[in-house]
Amino acid sequence: MSDFFSALSDNLPQLRSGLWVTLQATVLGSLLALLLSFVLGLMAISPMLAVRGVSRVVVEFFRGTSLYIQLFWLYYAMPPLTGYELTPLLCGVVAFGLNYGAYGSEVVRGAINSVPRAQHEAAVALNLTPVQRMRKVILPQAWVQMIPPFTNLLIQLLKCTPLLWLISAADLMTVIQQLRDRTGETLTAYLTLLAVYFVLAYALTLLMNLLERTAKRRLGLPTGAGSLLRTRSAVDAVATTAGGAR
Amino acid sequence: MNGFDWNAAGDVLPLVLRGFEVTLLATVLGTLVAAVLGLAVAVAGRAPSRFVTVPVRAVMEFIRSTPLLVQLVGAAAFFTSVEPLTIGIVVLGIHYAAYTSEVYRAGIDGVPKGQWEACRALSLSPRRTWQAVVLPQAVRKVLPALGNYAISMFKETPFLAVITVQEMVFEARRYGADHFAYTEAFTLAGLVFLVASYPTSLLMRKLEKRLGH
Repeated sequence: MSDFFSALSDNLPQLRSGLWVTLQATVLGSLLALLLSFVLGLMAISPMLAVRGVSRVVVEFFRGTSLYIQLFWLYYAMPPLTGYELTPLLCGVVAFGLNYGAYGSEVVRGAINSVPRAQHEAAVALNLTPVQRMRKVILPQAWVQMIPPFTNLLIQLLKCTPLLWLISAADLMTVIQQLRDRTGETLTAYLTLLAVYFVLAYALTLLMNLLERTAKRRLGLPTGAGSLLRTRSAVDAVATTAGGAR
Repeated sequence: MNGFDWNAAGDVLPLVLRGFEVTLLATVLGTLVAAVLGLAVAVAGRAPSRFVTVPVRAVMEFIRSTPLLVQLVGAAAFFTSVEPLTIGIVVLGIHYAAYTSEVYRAGIDGVPKGQWEACRALSLSPRRTWQAVVLPQAVRKVLPALGNYAISMFKETPFLAVITVQEMVFEARRYGADHFAYTEAFTLAGLVFLVASYPTSLLMRKLEKRLGH
């Protein structure tokens, strides 16, 4: 037992750099996913059939083909096919961003659709331009609805980052596996690794709860005292993570 | 090598389809484990004693918040004498049970209080209450959600390739490495996923509508 932890403390710089790779992939990947969610989600409610169609095809494609395949395709298949080569970390960021962006677009679409019709009509009656309607009236209300499912997607994305190990991107998992190989303490090593991911997931959940609080406060909605520490609801995940057409 | 080699694609397709059988087997058995275990956890979560409910909930939260890949690789490294496919099915099942238990819980919470009270009034045993009254109503409501988790699991079965289960992606990767034809191998494997998962998800959507969601 102590072998593993002494090896761990001897290798803190590697551990830090592994953690840094994992965090970079999570943060950059989710930022790309957020961007794509809004682009694809807004396209999905466009009045133009062609725009809606493009969004639908892109979303179904990236949800329907497994993330694992997308990542491997970017890493192994793209260089010989196109001549471009991405660094492993960038492969991860792009694959996570595309895959979770596709799931996130459904969240954006659903949240915008859930804003009551009367809000649209009131905004029209007040003579707001379409952009103003979206920015000042619809999105602030939809945003509050989006945060809990986005939290679930963010945690899902974090949970996929160990895939980076498979494309040799020295992430957290890679570093801990190396220590395991050196010390031979399988159980301790993997339990430690799981614990680190659990702490990361909980920290991200807290941050998102904070974000939700701010968004709710801006709308003048009540924010319960316990809302900050609660864990995410797993059932939301049904709507957002489960496969395919909805 | 440049461009897409159709001959290589033709060569790899039978291998990918052979792997697909293993993928399908893992998905079906994994879903079965998740469905049964999730139900057990959901029922245990309503036990009268906190000494049962609190630990059960904590363990499920932990499993849900940690990566499937680490759980798989860790389990395979620890239980070296067990066959990889078995480890894969069990770990997939347990991981997804952490989700399905919450789905069942929501379904059970959705059964009106009056139903429980009626069971008491009829002095049904707890066993009869669950079997004849609560679960039939709860399970019906959660079927589409369970189906969606099955599709999610299907798309995560490539993780099993990491612990050397010879499923679809394992075969594709091996062919890719042997013939340096990753492009064709991974493209075909991806297409098989799309072709299999998209119609299934449409079907789930239909089921959802029919069961009145």
